[in-house]
Amino acid sequence: MGLKSRHLLGLQDIPKEDIQLILDTAVSFKEIINRPIKKVPTLQGKTIVNLFFENSTRTRTSFELAERRLSADVVSFATSTSSVTKGETLKDTARNIEAMKIDMVVLRHNAAGSAHFLSRIIDANIINAGDGQHEHPTQGLLDMYSLREKFGRLEGLHICIVGDILHSRVARSNIFGLQTMGAKVSVCGPATLLPRDVEKLGVDVYYHLDDVLPKVDALNVLRIQLEREAGGYFPTLREFHRFFGVTKERLDKIGKPIAILHPGPINRDVELSADVADGPNSLILEQVQNGVAIRMAILYLLGTQN
Amino acid sequence: MSEKILLQQGRLIDPKTNRDDIVDILVVNGTIESIKQSISPQNDYKVVNLKNKIVAPGFIDIHVHLREPGYEHKETIETGTRSAAYGGFTAVCCMPNTNPAIDDESLVTFVQMQAKRVNGGIVDVFPIASVSKGREGKTLAPIAELVGAGAVGLSDDGAPVFDAKVMRRALEYAKMYNVPVMQHCEIPELAHGGVMNEGKVSTELGLPGIPCVAEEIMIARDLILAAYTHSRYHVCHMSTAYSVELVRQGKEDGVQVTCEVTPHHFTVTDEIVRSYDTNTKMNPPLRTQEDIDAIKEGLKDGTIDVIATDHAPHSLDEKEVDYIQAPFGIVGLETAIGLTITELVDQNFLTLTQMIEKLSTNPRRIIGKEIEVKEGERANFTFFDPVLEWKVETAAFKSKSKNSPFNGRVLRGKAIGIFNNGTLLLY
Repeated sequence: MGLKSRHLLGLQDIPKEDIQLILDTAVSFKEIINRPIKKVPTLQGKTIVNLFFENSTRTRTSFELAERRLSADVVSFATSTSSVTKGETLKDTARNIEAMKIDMVVLRHNAAGSAHFLSRIIDANIINAGDGQHEHPTQGLLDMYSLREKFGRLEGLHICIVGDILHSRVARSNIFGLQTMGAKVSVCGPATLLPRDVEKLGVDVYYHLDDVLPKVDALNVLRIQLEREAGGYFPTLREFHRFFGVTKERLDKIGKPIAILHPGPINRDVELSADVADGPNSLILEQVQNGVAIRMAILYLLGTQN
Repeated sequence: MSEKILLQQGRLIDPKTNRDDIVDILVVNGTIESIKQSISPQNDYKVVNLKNKIVAPGFIDIHVHLREPGYEHKETIETGTRSAAYGGFTAVCCMPNTNPAIDDESLVTFVQMQAKRVNGGIVDVFPIASVSKGREGKTLAPIAELVGAGAVGLSDDGAPVFDAKVMRRALEYAKMYNVPVMQHCEIPELAHGGVMNEGKVSTELGLPGIPCVAEEIMIARDLILAAYTHSRYHVCHMSTAYSVELVRQGKEDGVQVTCEVTPHHFTVTDEIVRSYDTNTKMNPPLRTQEDIDAIKEGLKDGTIDVIATDHAPHSLDEKEVDYIQAPFGIVGLETAIGLTITELVDQNFLTLTQMIEKLSTNPRRIIGKEIEVKEGERANFTFFDPVLEWKVETAAFKSKSKNSPFNGRVLRGKAIGIFNNGTLLLY
């Protein structure tokens, strides 16, 4: 059985079996990327475009690696080198790409819904690599993969997402995906950085990190954009670190290990202290490795559908 | 040679003269000659059979963007009034957010001249002029001159008059000429950057929200100012439950306040934004079911005086971009009657008489363009079929733009023609 959708636009509407299938498929790809020869011929003859309207070295590199290890032909567009800066619309760019007979498009764009938009106007498979503040489904999947690998299950786990929930596509994909898989999700951050009615998404809301720490198996610590201070969302980064920073001191008080995830790049000693990021319970580098496996799994499942 | 038209056996409903009966109406050279239970047709009569149809005093939409001058690629006075005519409106008020803004008497004159020139002048266009120079909200536009040239109301629509001092002066100044100040209610700092209603759906979609309080706080402020200055105040396109409550309270307290809602705000919620279809993007944004329920109650109990469409045409290219970049607004003239009957009359929130009040009697009173259906008056009618089922096809719209979220929707109730300024149009 394959995936039910032709695209990966987000995790909100993906059924449990599909998430399960992606995670299971990624297990074999993780095995492949740990072999001496890391390449398989699966997507030979397929052309994939990485269309990045926003800078993202990590996600783009991870996708490119995944694509090349599946032997696909890869073209990358980035904002600085494409005609987007000349005022060409997303629609025109997309139509042009389609005219070049592309099989799959990996899209990163600063507008929520841009992947949906693209999927309506062109025929290729669309993979959302982050659309504004909406979703970042491959990140959500690699987070789930890392948690499942660590705990052997997702059902019944309690994960708290910490920090700037309001602006975070990682938060949304985690909430939707983890809930589908039967995990409990909480969020913790300053009230100014929690989106309106977030509790209606079925998450518990915490304003004090120390209240939630004893209850959780893992923390997904979000990157705090440094410009949020200037935006007036909180008074100072120092205060943010003091009240919402995940530190060893704070974690040690709990008396049980809590797994630490972070989508990267880390602001060390702002949202996460260095000793936690590099500590024994950190899954951060596992996440990076799993990211390639997850992306290979998705490309494989979508690229070989028919 | 005089033109004699016999409108046969239509159900005439005129709230102003308290009429609701099946009659024959003889119109000679555009003037109502007689209204009787039965008039026998003569050889030189043109006979129009209106059996099972409603004859109403001409509908007016007091919130329309005709886009001319400046944005003729979206709509012109010609295409916009044609859209109005085919939507069943004999008159529209056009908003001044054109380029240049209608903040000068020459522009008020231009709009009216253009309206008379196109489509045989069948649709009256009553301009609303801007409150402030350039719609910048800083200094008053020449209000006395604007009204003198024919402006029937004042609004910076598309933007609020955000400065309380400017608003106070506008209310005071407008009072001298008995025109309403029609406010686009929004606190800019709270709404800034938002593209849809703030709530559960915006949170799930990751789209920046416009909170309901952005509208409500502005209404509350303005009600206090209107009471203080004893001036006439009109709330444009009201969208939230608490806004309805504020206006209800204002009316009870004796404030001279009137308000309008759009058909889309009583028909669809922010749930339809999940499609990321940019034709669901408008300002104020689509709200929640509780807001719709409150608006329907407000229409029923008379708190809400007017149904107006906020007809806001945008070209396909402008709308076919991502949700955040897309401009606000949808076209509304050609779906107004269908949505009103389907959502309000058929669901027993409004009687046909109340519907006609909100599409003709009340808005005409607010802008001082009242009409009566009686012998000796000029014929100014909207004819509609209250039970006709039809499917919305935006491609068939007369408007130059097709940006409607209702494409494909089946509605009940449709205009079948209008009569105004001596011209009968049956479609």
